[in-house]
Amino acid sequence: MADGRAAVKRRINPRLWLSGGWLMILVIAALAAPLLAPQDPLAQDLFASRLPPLWQAGAEPGFPLGTDSLGRDVLSRVLYGARVALIVALIAGSCTCVLGAGLGLVAGYYRGWPDMVISRLIEIWMAFPPVLFAILLIAVMGTGLTSIIVAIVVIDWTRFARVIRAEAMSQGAMDYVASAKVAGRGRFGIILREILPNVLPTIVVLLTLEMGIAVIVEAILGFVNLSISSDDPTWGSMIAEGRAAIHHSWWVLVFPLITLFLTVLSFSQLGEGLKDHFDPVLR
Amino acid sequence: MSDALFEIRDLRLSFPDLAHKPLFGSAPRIEVLKGLSFDIARGDVVGIVGGSGSGKSTLGRAMIRLLDVESGEIRFDGTEISQLGETDLRPLRRRMQMIFQDPMSSLNPRHTVARLIAGPLHLHGFDQIRARVDQALSQVGLPLSFRSRYPHELSGGQRQRVGIARAIATEPEFILADEVVSGLDVSSQAQVLNLLERLVSDMGLTLGFISHDLSVVRRLCKTTLVLHRGEIVEQAETAALFGAPTAQYTRDLLDAIPLPEVTPGWLG
Amino acid sequence: MSFLELKNLDAHVGRLPILRDVSLQVAPGEVRALVGESGAGKSMIGKAILGTLPDAILVTGGQILLEGEDLQRMRAKDRRRLIGAKAALIPQDPLTALNPARRVGPQICNRLVDILGWRRQEAEARVVELLHEVHIPAPDRVMRAYPHELSGGMRQRILIASAFAAEPQLIVADEPTTALDVTVQKQILRLIRDLQARHGTALLFVTHDLGVVSKLCQSMTVLYGGKVIEDTSVDQFFRAPGHAYSAALLAATPKYTDPDSSLMPVPEAVISAVEAEIAAHDAAHQKGAV
Repeated sequence: MADGRAAVKRRINPRLWLSGGWLMILVIAALAAPLLAPQDPLAQDLFASRLPPLWQAGAEPGFPLGTDSLGRDVLSRVLYGARVALIVALIAGSCTCVLGAGLGLVAGYYRGWPDMVISRLIEIWMAFPPVLFAILLIAVMGTGLTSIIVAIVVIDWTRFARVIRAEAMSQGAMDYVASAKVAGRGRFGIILREILPNVLPTIVVLLTLEMGIAVIVEAILGFVNLSISSDDPTWGSMIAEGRAAIHHSWWVLVFPLITLFLTVLSFSQLGEGLKDHFDPVLR
Repeated sequence: MSDALFEIRDLRLSFPDLAHKPLFGSAPRIEVLKGLSFDIARGDVVGIVGGSGSGKSTLGRAMIRLLDVESGEIRFDGTEISQLGETDLRPLRRRMQMIFQDPMSSLNPRHTVARLIAGPLHLHGFDQIRARVDQALSQVGLPLSFRSRYPHELSGGQRQRVGIARAIATEPEFILADEVVSGLDVSSQAQVLNLLERLVSDMGLTLGFISHDLSVVRRLCKTTLVLHRGEIVEQAETAALFGAPTAQYTRDLLDAIPLPEVTPGWLG
Repeated sequence: MSFLELKNLDAHVGRLPILRDVSLQVAPGEVRALVGESGAGKSMIGKAILGTLPDAILVTGGQILLEGEDLQRMRAKDRRRLIGAKAALIPQDPLTALNPARRVGPQICNRLVDILGWRRQEAEARVVELLHEVHIPAPDRVMRAYPHELSGGMRQRILIASAFAAEPQLIVADEPTTALDVTVQKQILRLIRDLQARHGTALLFVTHDLGVVSKLCQSMTVLYGGKVIEDTSVDQFFRAPGHAYSAALLAATPKYTDPDSSLMPVPEAVISAVEAEIAAHDAAHQKGAV
């Protein structure tokens, strides 16, 4: 069949490669942090404090990105910080996704009273100021990795639920759903086998966005000292410390900031790239 | 036992009119089906015709219980089905299938042709699924190499054949065809009509054929039911109805069809 | 002299030909049908004339002459101005052709004001007059309505009024009745015919429906795969089609008055013969290009 679309060649998506590449590097760095890190990220050495990065005068070998005011190695702390960031991104992102998308699918396809209940819940939830909500939660549960993850899930599930509900609703009105019903598929089967695969591209985009958001939220909580214990390296706490020292040692702020920026950007770009990749009509 | 496969009595259905919903309280309802009663005999090919908004699609979907019915009776092979729940309907679903207007949206774009046709077979516990899929494909005149294709790789006519293969695979007694040729070019349309005609006689199917195109209905259907604004204005054998329409609306419809032949003064 | 003339028009998406050496003429006041199945390129011809082809489709050869002026060689701005003054479109889908967020009146007046430089009162008066002509009761109220408040037939009447408003000499109608019920279709066809005759407008009517062609048009161009298969008068076509493909197309069209004749899909042999013609044309063309 002569089809105009077929003649336009599809290019390999460069942003998929760039963002995926950066995240892959980050994953490897996090996994191999003990091998890669030149120093113990917690080791303080006041004689080696505020060393500049390698290419500046006064640098010392063994501290490629310099040290902070307590003499801790910035590179090692960025590497170990990646561990916390990625764990939060993966676990909080996936849990938010499963909870939110699950409720959204049920509300959007079943309609009726499940939709009533879930929709009202979403509306009430979204009326709370999220940052305050998070701080309140952590104040109650105490700081720590679990608290951060729970806080992100509890706050952000509505983001998934709203979007997936609307998607499920529009997909539910499509004839292929009627066709599955005619075929004799039950309601749960229709959600799982028919609707889910068709909202998957949206879920993937939301999931990666959510991972980026989780990284940021973790950094914000670290910044206000509500992340895991303040000694442990997280990007957020590094940025907070770096901010105080910005006038005499910029590197303490800049390196974790760049890493954070690239990571969040990569997550969102990865989602966009994957969406196109998952679309069977475009493929 | 009567020879009617469907017996429909005083079927009513309405939708909420959300455009006129007051701030509080429920929306007023728009009556789409205003108390329809008719039978469909076993082996009949019934054309259900009418303009947009006549309720023909709603009627079809209500008959096979894709829509919930407000009041009235629908007897399928003697069983009252108008108020059955989804679970009780499931065993009956094998026996009544549907072909949709737009095969692109009714075939899940993420499934291959083989999987699309096999879907209903799995759900109803058929054995020898592979063989049945192949048989259905050959019945609709598609090569077996199409098994692994995706819907978007097919032409409109081919997609509609997949829709038909899927519907006949479970060996149903009744098939509802909703505007199945209106999106096709005349050539594919002729092929699909000929195919339906053959399947009806080969398989002893009862077919409900919803269409706005009277020439197509005249060609395919044994009896015809004309709907206008949710009411049946005329029901008769097709030849009789086209030969001597009794309702004014039917006459208006026939008069408005532009036949492919030069008729000076037709536009007035 | 013909008002519109296409000479050996070629168009491509990438390297894929969409239009192949299309030539046709439309005389002032003539009603010509462009007929073909989906993918025949019939809509593309209308779009090429009006300059509304999608970006991916490029006109790669030939001429579009409007009153002897070659549109392809004009500057984009001059071309737009000329087309805006001399030609108009009646679109297929009356719902998406109107902006749902704006009232109907200003939408159709704006074209006259912005593109043709009419004064606002002048434009409004003209549009009300035309709404009368397309038998819309209470035009003033309709002008203030939003598109969703009107029926499909009503919206199509408005678009027809809007197309005729600036007294164009050519109207391209792209399947304007496909989305309508037959009873409404007949009214709309009558309306188009009446307005066309009264204003002496040339009409290029794009359709897949041979029935509509037989009732409305005088001449017709049958297309397949972006190539002209037959260029003939409507009388001649329905009496004795001049090409095997045309005859097959006619035989595949059902008629309720003739239910017993077997409905023949276009035979494989006819299709492959046409495809062979196209392949031969492409081969010759490529040689010519080298």
